[in-house]
Amino acid sequence: MRRTKNSNKAGVLRIFLIVLWTAAAAAAAEPASPLLSPTNIFAPMSTPARSIFDLSVFVLAVSAAIFVVVFGLLAYAVVKFRKKDSEEAREPAQVYGSVQLELAWTVIPILIVVVLFLATARVIASIQNADQPSNAIQVTVIGHQFWWEYRYPALNVVTANELHIPVSDRAHPTPTFLTLLSADTDHSYWVPRLAGKTDLIPNHPNSTWMDPTETGLYLGQCAQYCGTQHAKMLLRVYVQTREEFDRWIREQSQPAHVSDTVSEGRRIFERTACVNCHAVAGTTAKGRFGPDLTHLMSRDTIASGAAPNTPENLRQWIKDPDTFKPGSKMPAMGLADPELNQVTAYLETLR
Amino acid sequence: MSTESIAWPAPEAAPRPLVDALHEWVSTVDHKRLGILYIVYALVFLVIGGVEATIMRIQLIRPHNDFVSPQVFNQMFTMHGTTMIFFVAMPVVFGFANYLVPLMIGARDMAFPRLNAFSFWMTAFGGLLLYYSFIGGDGLYGAGNAPDVGWFAYAPLTAQTFSPGHSTDFWTLSLLVSGIGSVGTAINIIATILCMRCPGMTLGRMPLLAWLNLTMAALVILAVSPLTAAQVMLLIDRYLGAHFFDTQAGGSAVIWMHFFWVFGHPEVYVLVIPAFAFASEIIPVFSRKAIFGYPVMVAATVSIAFIGMSVWAHHMFTVGMSSAANTFFVLSTMAIAVPTGIKIFNWLATMWGGQIHFKTPMLFCVAFLFQFLIAGLTGVMMSVAPFDWQLGNSYFVIAHFHYVIVGGILFTLFGAFYYWFPKMSGKMYDEPLGKLHFWLFFIGFHLTFDFMHVPGILGMPRRIYTYEPGRGWDIWNLIVSIGVFFQAAGVLVFVFNLLRSYFRGEIAGSDPWDAWTLEWSTASPPPSYNFATIPEVKSRRPLWDLKHPEDPDWHYE
Repeated sequence: MRRTKNSNKAGVLRIFLIVLWTAAAAAAAEPASPLLSPTNIFAPMSTPARSIFDLSVFVLAVSAAIFVVVFGLLAYAVVKFRKKDSEEAREPAQVYGSVQLELAWTVIPILIVVVLFLATARVIASIQNADQPSNAIQVTVIGHQFWWEYRYPALNVVTANELHIPVSDRAHPTPTFLTLLSADTDHSYWVPRLAGKTDLIPNHPNSTWMDPTETGLYLGQCAQYCGTQHAKMLLRVYVQTREEFDRWIREQSQPAHVSDTVSEGRRIFERTACVNCHAVAGTTAKGRFGPDLTHLMSRDTIASGAAPNTPENLRQWIKDPDTFKPGSKMPAMGLADPELNQVTAYLETLR
Repeated sequence: MSTESIAWPAPEAAPRPLVDALHEWVSTVDHKRLGILYIVYALVFLVIGGVEATIMRIQLIRPHNDFVSPQVFNQMFTMHGTTMIFFVAMPVVFGFANYLVPLMIGARDMAFPRLNAFSFWMTAFGGLLLYYSFIGGDGLYGAGNAPDVGWFAYAPLTAQTFSPGHSTDFWTLSLLVSGIGSVGTAINIIATILCMRCPGMTLGRMPLLAWLNLTMAALVILAVSPLTAAQVMLLIDRYLGAHFFDTQAGGSAVIWMHFFWVFGHPEVYVLVIPAFAFASEIIPVFSRKAIFGYPVMVAATVSIAFIGMSVWAHHMFTVGMSSAANTFFVLSTMAIAVPTGIKIFNWLATMWGGQIHFKTPMLFCVAFLFQFLIAGLTGVMMSVAPFDWQLGNSYFVIAHFHYVIVGGILFTLFGAFYYWFPKMSGKMYDEPLGKLHFWLFFIGFHLTFDFMHVPGILGMPRRIYTYEPGRGWDIWNLIVSIGVFFQAAGVLVFVFNLLRSYFRGEIAGSDPWDAWTLEWSTASPPPSYNFATIPEVKSRRPLWDLKHPEDPDWHYE
């Protein structure tokens, strides 16, 4: 009887181990980068993320030590004091308590808490109260259902969904400070490798900062539930060399490119509801509910990262936004096919 | 004539009509029946909330899945959270308190039996109101639309502008109504414990379960009141044109967060303290030892309640509070770890040197100790505000609080079900089925919630109906989803075991566990008056004294 029970348990354990092993193997086989994920919080690339990482390693180490001790005691008790079949039914010695023990397991945790608290308070101050140097790039981020608006007030640039910032040199840091606003509901700005998340709350301006030390594309997404398409409010941060960044700023501050070959598409765009929500600098389109389209084609994605910015996707997005993002605020425009093609052709000239 | 009348079946021999039996349950004011009503009600909603979770996990089993639409997914997580907290956890906790507290303190009923019935039916009505939203949520449109604002319903997403229709109103009203029931029951528990204890039962001789439920009830009054106030303000915003939370007219979204979490965090203790209570009764009996450090256990519980009232804004580390406020809430949150640690050590010391019987209730309690240790440690990680800036609102948080609510609370609840089932039904449950339930659920729990920490660390936020491939999240989500099916199987075994044992189980007898508290001194199930004569106690373990007259507890306390 006893043996069958044990073999049952062993079988269960075996299944558990097999599943674990499969998982580990599959994780190892994934083509992902050595970081496991482009959004791994343990692969920091900027000062705030890095000081959080250092603190978390310390906290994890303390937690692991506590776990080993307490789990060891529990495991020992479970094995050592389980009732043996041979034991006669006599009650064990009744122990009601011990002042010394109670004091020990009160005072030691208090000391651990004090240490953890001091380490934490230091990092909070260093991140939250960091001074903004005069050469910092300032960007205002405005969260919308379900996309990001970026405004560079000092540089006269307005764009959407893809943030460009310069790389920061540790010797001569050029951090980027973000002012976080919301046009509607709560959102949260989270690019894990660059900084912790900070919420964008209407009527409650917040700020955060980052100083990435390597160029590249950093991903993230909205981390506060904001409505139907919260899941596809993706974040893309392009960290560029100073020269690339300056060139990008120059291009973005130009008015829209004008091309005579697409004047029919432009006419349709400006006479339909498109202009109620979208702006194209230098034209009559001045809407602010949707992303600024002045340099639409300079972006890699549409629909806040939900789809690559290809002509087919753009056309489909105008025709039926639900294909990519059901519940987004972009309406299906109901254009006939020739008009759809002309509008798409016009938008493709907005470089 | 007379012979004819003798031939008629005697009226009392006829089976009682179903209507009468139902009427007795509907009109009952007996604490035991109301307790069972609460528990059965909670079990029904547990299954409903579990189905909602399963739908979400199927949707997330791979990236870009389209098992359900984003709208349905958002309704599922809102309903899952609201249901599990307000219509499973709270009622089941109240159910056990209702059933056990009078029996354990030697009383014949709760202090206010009619208030008790009223409170139950308010809670029940709240749950029905919430689920009616599936039918009537859109009001005029009639198509149905459940709430989709998330279970903490942050403003201004709940404003008319962003939540037209009536689904949010159903959410608000159902919590308002069930909140009235919660406060009523809390008042009742406090009054019962303070006024109805049997002779000899001083506060210092109460079973820990009574102490812990007293603390829980006090917290309910403190916590549910601000939630009710916030719901009223939200209703006034939506229908009378006020601007408490209307950010477009100068209102504050952050104020809602404070109102919600000043309820929401103590609520965690409202749920976990009764779980501690079950563990504090079950662990000693199955270790065959008195609880270690009784006065310290009481003090630790009361200090958890006090400190627990001042930690709420650790849910708000990312909303842009000042560094001073963040630092304060780091300290208060970390401080909670001290009394919680004390409790874990005292349970360990109770087992130490004992003779541990691994019956199903004890298995669940030992798993609780293991899992609550981990949940506490991940809790300490998130009390570190900068770490929380990364982990907050990610799947790591989901894993952490399910470790608390499932790994901690639900596990002890299952233990409590098995422990007191013989008392409530008079029948013994089936031990092998109980163990099968334990192992299925244990494996499922760890598959789901151990691996759920990982996508959080890899940057996956909560409440997303789908996710992008190439983020390294796929495999973890797959494992998490697989675990759900083990848990569901475990729950099915559990329900089957209860039903089967109720109808065909062996007779349990009044004291199947050789236990020490007063509920085991009366018949199983107890008669409606509980005790033929009101007992008199001299120590914390009256039945120990009875069974060991040569060595009674009151020699030592």
